[in-house]
Amino acid sequence: VSALPYAVAAWIFLIGLYGVVTSRNLIHLVISLNVAQSSTLVLLVAIGYKRAATAPIFYDIGTTRPVVDPVVQALTLTDVVVGVTVVALLLTLVVQIHKETGTLDPEALNPMRG
Amino acid sequence: MVEQLAPLPVVLPLLGAAALPVIALRASRRVVEGVALALAAATLAASLMLLGGSMHAPFTYWFGGWAPRNGVVLGISFVVDPLGAGLAVMTSGLVVGSFVYAIRYFDAVGALFHVLMLATLAGVAGLCLSGDLFTLFVFLEVMGVAAFALTGYEIEATGPLQAALNFAVTNSVAASMVLFATGLLYGRTGTLNLAAIGAHIARGPADGLIVVAAALLTVGFLVKAAIVPFHWWLPDAYASAPTPVCVLFTGVVSELGLFALARVHFTAFQAVLGANARAMATALVAVGAVTAVVGAVMCLAQDRLKRMLAFATVAHAGLFLIGVGLLNEAGVAGAALYIFTDGLLKAALFMAVGIVQHRLDDVDENRLHGKGRALPGTAVLFVAGGVALAGLPPFGPFLGKAMIEEAAKAAGFPWVAPFMTVVSVGTGGAILRAAARVFAGWGPTERSDPYQSSQDEDEPEITRGRDRTPVTMFAPALALLVVALGAGLVPQLADGIASASARFASSAAYGRLVLAGNGEPLHDVELGPATSEAVLYGFASVGGALAVAGIALERSRFPEAIKGISRGVFGGGLDRLRRLHSGRVGDYVAWLVFGAALVGGTFALTLRST
Repeated sequence: VSALPYAVAAWIFLIGLYGVVTSRNLIHLVISLNVAQSSTLVLLVAIGYKRAATAPIFYDIGTTRPVVDPVVQALTLTDVVVGVTVVALLLTLVVQIHKETGTLDPEALNPMRG
Repeated sequence: MVEQLAPLPVVLPLLGAAALPVIALRASRRVVEGVALALAAATLAASLMLLGGSMHAPFTYWFGGWAPRNGVVLGISFVVDPLGAGLAVMTSGLVVGSFVYAIRYFDAVGALFHVLMLATLAGVAGLCLSGDLFTLFVFLEVMGVAAFALTGYEIEATGPLQAALNFAVTNSVAASMVLFATGLLYGRTGTLNLAAIGAHIARGPADGLIVVAAALLTVGFLVKAAIVPFHWWLPDAYASAPTPVCVLFTGVVSELGLFALARVHFTAFQAVLGANARAMATALVAVGAVTAVVGAVMCLAQDRLKRMLAFATVAHAGLFLIGVGLLNEAGVAGAALYIFTDGLLKAALFMAVGIVQHRLDDVDENRLHGKGRALPGTAVLFVAGGVALAGLPPFGPFLGKAMIEEAAKAAGFPWVAPFMTVVSVGTGGAILRAAARVFAGWGPTERSDPYQSSQDEDEPEITRGRDRTPVTMFAPALALLVVALGAGLVPQLADGIASASARFASSAAYGRLVLAGNGEPLHDVELGPATSEAVLYGFASVGGALAVAGIALERSRFPEAIKGISRGVFGGGLDRLRRLHSGRVGDYVAWLVFGAALVGGTFALTLRST
């Protein structure tokens, strides 16, 4: 197994976090978070990958063909759903923050602190 | 028979969450509240049945009957043990209390509040029972997403919206780390079942992949548990969420991070740690101690009551981590009893703050100065809560604390007992100071806190300043307080928790139960009464809390010289610490990355050095 997909997953996670940390726009921040979350999709698909194997749909391929691991694909689908839920909720919050304060810049907000 | 009921604590609230919006289209507010309350009570009953069923011997439930064959685990399981079922009981009990409390708390309430609370309950119950790593992640997310939405429930106010954003972003990063680790472990072991993962990785030494996965899981769960330096989201969220929501949050939501950490450690990682367990325990206990100090100091610095309780939650999460972090059965037993009693107590205190808010339309200790004289009942809740929080023998929180102290001493951390005393002096003292100022009008009024921002605590949908305390708000608070205090008077409870914890902490017995289907009965444990040393520490901490409250009240009358010294010693550090709590999500995630690097580095050093 090549190490490349794992390195890519780690890189996507870190670059997403970099976006979250440095963001000056809440929509950009939420999408950066989504990028970081997506690293897990790459990781999961990479774990189940097999060279020259096909999709694990046993409708017309017989049972002798090698297939990729269906478990991680199920996990990936679940993860996509979870990620979409979180991002949708966060974007709702962002819309509402913009409505109330008129800004999307996290630095311009006056949060509770101390 | 009771085995077949295992999915009910998840199914019932989820069904309710799905049905309530439909019911709300046709029915009145009272019907919605009644149905929600009935479902929460049914969940409580189901959890109690699971607790009763597992008290003799823990059992498993395989969805669709997919039990393991020849050691191959394909199915998804719920593993019911008394600690997990007990946490589900506690959570559903808190939801029942919160629903009763909310009847008069909100002026207008749609079905949304109840839907989200039930969804959170389903997530918590699922997490308590889950037997595999991926379902654990999914339930963590179910709980999380509902909790984020509940934090931002007051959608017209900016404070709660920002708090919800901070909560959601930090916890989602944490969830991604948990999933990352889940993927890595699946890649290595080919299974998601905790027992099977444990059996597989016990065969080899802890190599790089195991270290990375363990570090990611630990960081992910510590973020959920609000452990320093990952705690930033908690005070924002708990100070902004509506009080009936805080009741659930302070009792279980952050504590679940520690439950997940303990569950995964004892099922999957305990064996592979081997000789390194001691180093790992030292690291976790140290992190818990730092958390407790930061929480207690910040708690004393607050004059907004909800944020004060939020930091008390952080401080006590640190104390819980000291218990769990010992990584042995005695530590887990102490932490379990402490989490149960202290959680109910903090929930009761949040309810008391909500009553103050309902009656007096404020939560600021200085602005409320003396105004609470009209609320003697609430004053009793507050003072009883404060001294119990400090650990007055022989009540519930004292017993939990004493068990952790004793376990720590036996494990070679003799400084834990005085340390925990100091921390509970801080948190108890802060509550007592606030009580004296609000309900008795003691001490001079101080100028308001420079850290307050204009938008704190505004909940526009609720009119305040009522002239009576509704019984539906007072009774649940009193009930929680009585249970929390009374738990210390029933020695069978502590014995039961100790015997359940011994099983919880045994990865071998867990493996036999899940992989081979051998449900072995629990062994009885008898603890005996608390040592006189522990009782002494208990009284010392209550005395200390009273002294701290007195000093804090009268500090402006001290001679200028003493004030100057104390400002010189504490002022700069406190100011710097408070400024770190900046309320900006970018800062919080930067801390998260820094903390993750720290944890990863520690793990790499301790686990690979054999």
